[in-house]
Amino acid sequence: MAGQTDSMVLNRLIEKFGDAVISTHSGFGDETALVRRERIVEICAFLRDDPDLLFDMAMDLTGVDYLGETPRFEVVYHLYSLAKKHRVRIKVRLHEEDPTIDSVIPVWVGMDWFEREAYDMYGIVFRNHPNLKRILLYEGFVGHPLRKDYPKAKRQPTVGPEE
Amino acid sequence: MAIEKRVEGAPPGGGYALTTLEAMIAWGRKYSIYPFTFATACCGIEVMGAFGTHYDLSRFGAEVVRFSPRQADMLLVAGTINYKMAPVLLRIYEQMLEPKWVVAMGACAASGGFYNNYSVLQGIDKIIPVDVYIPGCPPNPEGIIDSVVAIQKILETGAPRAAERWPIKI
Repeated sequence: MAGQTDSMVLNRLIEKFGDAVISTHSGFGDETALVRRERIVEICAFLRDDPDLLFDMAMDLTGVDYLGETPRFEVVYHLYSLAKKHRVRIKVRLHEEDPTIDSVIPVWVGMDWFEREAYDMYGIVFRNHPNLKRILLYEGFVGHPLRKDYPKAKRQPTVGPEE
Repeated sequence: MAIEKRVEGAPPGGGYALTTLEAMIAWGRKYSIYPFTFATACCGIEVMGAFGTHYDLSRFGAEVVRFSPRQADMLLVAGTINYKMAPVLLRIYEQMLEPKWVVAMGACAASGGFYNNYSVLQGIDKIIPVDVYIPGCPPNPEGIIDSVVAIQKILETGAPRAAERWPIKI
């Protein structure tokens, strides 16, 4: 469990979820919490509904590939509260063998396309997503191009004359 | 210039000239190229400049831009083509009537340009035959005029079109 911080948002989170918050970072209004994968939906619902927090706007969701580290992947949620005018960043680490996490669409329906983008680019699978397919690339694309081990010179099969 | 040479040889004040049917048709085509612009990036802006009053591509008989590939005989690919768009470009090309010419305008259409990455086709000649390449990033409107003149040369000399040598075997 992470210790107390000078951030109200992070303190509320630690108070409520205790062991599910692995570590926190805060400074200059840049507040971040690394949390456990299993409880992400629960944590997001709390952040949205708690009267002190009210994170009603899901700004962004991205993936990160820390190739060579364990766990390898990370999912980052950027949240904003229109009512309270504060921000928080939630991070979750995922192992290479099982890059899956629960979808947060039940909490913020706007996360739909962001989760599809993270799936498209990193191959992170969002469980219970209603329509998890590629969003920017096309269906015949092979691989996930923003993974650090995607070969730079790799070319995709395309139309045109036979080789 | 088969036709003009024969006109020169005609008797003074003569009312006729001799030529071949092929040369006559080529002469007609030379000044009635109908371009179809497939613009996807900044090259498209330069194409607009080339058709505008300052550079005035109509001086070379190629100003009637078609809005359907079925009415055009010159495909001007101006900009980056990625893998997702490649089937669309091929389909546009296939819809054009013979004889047809293809111009790859700019570094991206010719070779992928500086986009050496997962999504960009490394030159449209991977999927369709290209007659004329225009270098530049983007090329200026003179480059487009030059490509039209180059196609006129192909017509004039009866040189084979790229489609007749397609696919290129190395």
